[in-house]
Amino acid sequence: MTSFVAAAGMGAPVRGRALVASDGFSARYDLDRLRGVFSRPDHALAGQSYVGRILVLDGAKGGVATAWMLHEMAARGIAPAALVLNRVNPIMVQGAALAGFTLLSGFDVDITRAVPDGAEVEVDPLADPPVLRLLG
Amino acid sequence: MHLTEEERALAAGAAGPARQWAIGHQIAVGRYLGAADFVLVSQAHIMADTESLGEAGVAWLERWAALPETDRQVRIPTITDPRGTDFAAAARLRQQDWMLALERRAIAAFQALGILMTDTCINYQTIMPAVRGEHMAYGDTGVVIYTNSVLGARSNFEGGPSALAAGLTGRTPRYGYHLDAHRRASLHIAVRDTPRALHEWGALGALVGRLAGDYWQVPVLSGIDRVPGSDELKHFGAALASYGSVALFHMVGITPEAERLSDVADPSLPLRATLGAEDLATFRRGTDRGAGEAVDVVVFSAPQLSLLELRDLAGLLDGRRTTVPLLAVTSPQVKPDADRMGLTARIEAAGGMLLAGMCFYQSYAREMAEANGWQRLATNSAKLVNILGGYGYHPVLASMEACVAAACDGRLPS
Repeated sequence: MTSFVAAAGMGAPVRGRALVASDGFSARYDLDRLRGVFSRPDHALAGQSYVGRILVLDGAKGGVATAWMLHEMAARGIAPAALVLNRVNPIMVQGAALAGFTLLSGFDVDITRAVPDGAEVEVDPLADPPVLRLLG
Repeated sequence: MHLTEEERALAAGAAGPARQWAIGHQIAVGRYLGAADFVLVSQAHIMADTESLGEAGVAWLERWAALPETDRQVRIPTITDPRGTDFAAAARLRQQDWMLALERRAIAAFQALGILMTDTCINYQTIMPAVRGEHMAYGDTGVVIYTNSVLGARSNFEGGPSALAAGLTGRTPRYGYHLDAHRRASLHIAVRDTPRALHEWGALGALVGRLAGDYWQVPVLSGIDRVPGSDELKHFGAALASYGSVALFHMVGITPEAERLSDVADPSLPLRATLGAEDLATFRRGTDRGAGEAVDVVVFSAPQLSLLELRDLAGLLDGRRTTVPLLAVTSPQVKPDADRMGLTARIEAAGGMLLAGMCFYQSYAREMAEANGWQRLATNSAKLVNILGGYGYHPVLASMEACVAAACDGRLPS
């Protein structure tokens, strides 16, 4: 089984199908949170649903709204299952901490190139060190 | 993470459940980001529009607001970013009753927590500018980058929950831009042509933000040939923070920590890029889908306008009449001055609307677009251009003069 060690993680372990792109993430800038899809026209995942998917993206973008929006999305059940990023900003960490959201970041490789789009993965922030595992 | 006796007591619930949640949240964030301990902060600033909070976020705030007063009130001055509406103009914006009801609930909860409803993203121009070296817990990326860079104070991006936590505990985890080591430049950009208009400063911020592309990058700019004004640095910083998620920049000879390049940059730091007027023009053209195309709405917002920007806007509108909606947004502190000095009357005599206490993109922008049939939007704010694409708009960046012309003629000038 191939696994990738992360510098940091929080939240509960989850399994699911990865949605991967070499692009950033901001709940305000990139998402139509009512429909559960990426809505920013020039985002690499424009038009795709993120609901229940493990998002594997490059880095955190934009402003501070994601700190509330992860909580709001989770409360309505229209949220990703986890967020895996090469690089975080404090807002992603703060938002994950409020929402009890699973977050993993900081890899030795470009995680958006290492994980195939659509792959079944397990994200385990409780492992020491935190890890993403490719399943199957 | 080292905790003092007081912090351990907060974590054990000695000061009630709100402060227990707050310190626990801060410890989780601090451990993730490598904080060694906490630093005391003198103010917090909370971004908490109800489009971001949603019903779940408002209900969460109300739980804390229902606690006894000694358990729920913030310990340090804590102020707010723009709200999701200007109640006096909500009907004209075609905002819906449920939005206003949610806003009223959020405001009531914040007031119960002892928070000052300043409703502004330009508190560094209107409330109280931070002092060099002062530690803050500020939300709104534009506020943070201006405070760090222009004023030399120290804050990370503190999202709404973390800013509230800082208000409740009076401290924040010491990581990132609270530390000297993180304030050194990591990216050197030379500027060949100093921008003149506000939208050009925004364009420069956007270009530098794209080159930086990361919260942990600190750009230093050389070659700026005059001291920019507060509004110019406001637009530059807001765009840089928006496009790059950047929280700190230096300008050699201008910002307080960079009297010389060597003050903030190691000699080995390479020059990454040189930007000139043609780069700014190319960026602006890149936001345009065709000069002369009809415009549905013109918006001046993000950040809220200063009194001086409103003066310029009123001057451009004198003797003219808008044919498409023109919205200008300012803070509740500036609006009474604009009223008193006749600026509001001049803007509204031309058909414009002067709104206070909100910001366009934080005010249910998607729903306003659908209710009003707004799609193609002209603005002089590069930050607004960056945000609104995801909300279904086709935003275009133009000068204040061109935006006013578009509002009057229905089309951007060729």
